[in-house]
Amino acid sequence: MISAKGLDLTFQTGDGPVHALSNVDLEIGKGEFVSFIGPSGCGKTTFLRVIADLEQPTGGAITVNGMSPQEARRRRAYGYVFQAAALYPWRTIEKNVALPLEIMGISAAEQRERVKRTLDLVNLTGFGKKFPWQLSGGMQQRASIARALAFDADLLLMDEPFGALDEIVRDHLNEQLLELWARTNKTICFVTHSIPEAVYLSTKIVVMSPRPGRVTDVINSTLPKERPLDIRESTEFLAIAHRVREGLRAGQSYED
Amino acid sequence: MTDRLRDKIIPVTVILAAIVVAWYVGSYAMNAPFQRDLDRRAGVTSTTWEFVVKTMSQPKPTLPAPHQVAVNFVENTFFRKVTSNRSLVYHAAVTLSSTVLGFAFGTVLGILIAVGIVHVVTLDRSLMPWIITSQTIPILALAPMIIVVLAAVGITGLIPKALISTYLSFFPVAVGMVKGLRSPEIMHLDLMHTYNASAGQVFWKLRVPASVPFLFASMKVAVAASLVGAIVGELPTGAVAGIGSKLLSGSYYSQTIDMFAALVAGSIVAILLVSLVGLAGRITERVMGARPA
Repeated sequence: MISAKGLDLTFQTGDGPVHALSNVDLEIGKGEFVSFIGPSGCGKTTFLRVIADLEQPTGGAITVNGMSPQEARRRRAYGYVFQAAALYPWRTIEKNVALPLEIMGISAAEQRERVKRTLDLVNLTGFGKKFPWQLSGGMQQRASIARALAFDADLLLMDEPFGALDEIVRDHLNEQLLELWARTNKTICFVTHSIPEAVYLSTKIVVMSPRPGRVTDVINSTLPKERPLDIRESTEFLAIAHRVREGLRAGQSYED
Repeated sequence: MTDRLRDKIIPVTVILAAIVVAWYVGSYAMNAPFQRDLDRRAGVTSTTWEFVVKTMSQPKPTLPAPHQVAVNFVENTFFRKVTSNRSLVYHAAVTLSSTVLGFAFGTVLGILIAVGIVHVVTLDRSLMPWIITSQTIPILALAPMIIVVLAAVGITGLIPKALISTYLSFFPVAVGMVKGLRSPEIMHLDLMHTYNASAGQVFWKLRVPASVPFLFASMKVAVAASLVGAIVGELPTGAVAGIGSKLLSGSYYSQTIDMFAALVAGSIVAILLVSLVGLAGRITERVMGARPA
């Protein structure tokens, strides 16, 4: 679904060039749940933004669905969930979810139908008429996921969507996200800071390190697709978490 | 209720009373020399109290006392036919009509300029200095020229006056709307980019709604400026009606009480206009789902 080869991205700043991505090779298959984990500045968000055609790579090649990211964006191949919910405050929840549908010129009747379906999918049934400020942070983020799902793109890009939420809400949303992934069979790219979150959610974990931003390890999870929350106490889970931690540490040792 | 009394009514009343007292004192001080002169020439001697009363009942005082202004205002507002040349309602209505027309022009012009500046790089780089320069020219210098030039091409009456209001009111709207149209967060703009939205869609679905609070804030400033423009516009035009003409004729004939009453009328019109714009803003924001304050 996504294929990157020797991908480079260098930002020119006042303090000289910043190597946000350096020689990144990665293959992501259809239906995978891929987490990107690493410290700040490792390029995980930048990589996601390159897939979304929000940043232009300065070297290497990347294809999304066999197309250039720009082409994929034009065909509305992905839904993007930002760090903050980024709902438009003057629109009700259902109008926010309908925003991409309006832009894509989908008929009013179908808009209503899809808005209802996606709000049900993220368990926000009955909240459509509320304005964003009337919802909790977790509910707002679920609404923004609904918005990304509304136009049925096969690919879901999520940039630390639960980073600003507390642990309890986060656990709950993680569980719901897995359920949603199982139901919809989408490919999900998920950026996170949290090792347990990455291990719990992913079929593939991409460990990255900074300066220059690069991939230090790619771990294929051996956990089953069915994952209750308490799987996080199993030895298998802890073994994968250990390997992620080792990968992060190895990345850091370059700097010392 | 007692909270409201303590927090609002009492402080406001105290300040108001202080202003009125200061006004009376000032009015005595300003009018006393002339009154002393009059009395000496007429050979009148009066008690202190009689003298004080006389300073506040002159027909053409240097500084009219509050009650003189109040009486004049009430008389000319409520006890005259609205078609009468002496009715303040009539004069206020004349000024109001050019204020509202000029404000409407100014708001539209300000929005158009802002849209241009936000969307066309050349305008962004070139227009702002001219707009700022335009506001540094005193309106008093410019108003007669506008009137004369427009009269030369056959435009007279309401439009030239309204254009002076426009000249003053487009500026705050343009500045506010540039800020407003640029106010969407990067994330909100990125979101539109991921949907491959057209520039028109970004404008209507994101920039315009995001700019609404800015629009109403700048419209409040603009409507007050429009009123000033309309009044100033009446001064050099030889206008026979309007608050400005009332001020002008008052100053010709030293009818200070009339002038003050006209100023009061102007202030009330200003308060009404600014409150109306504020109310419209609040209603719009409520409809757009703003959290009640």
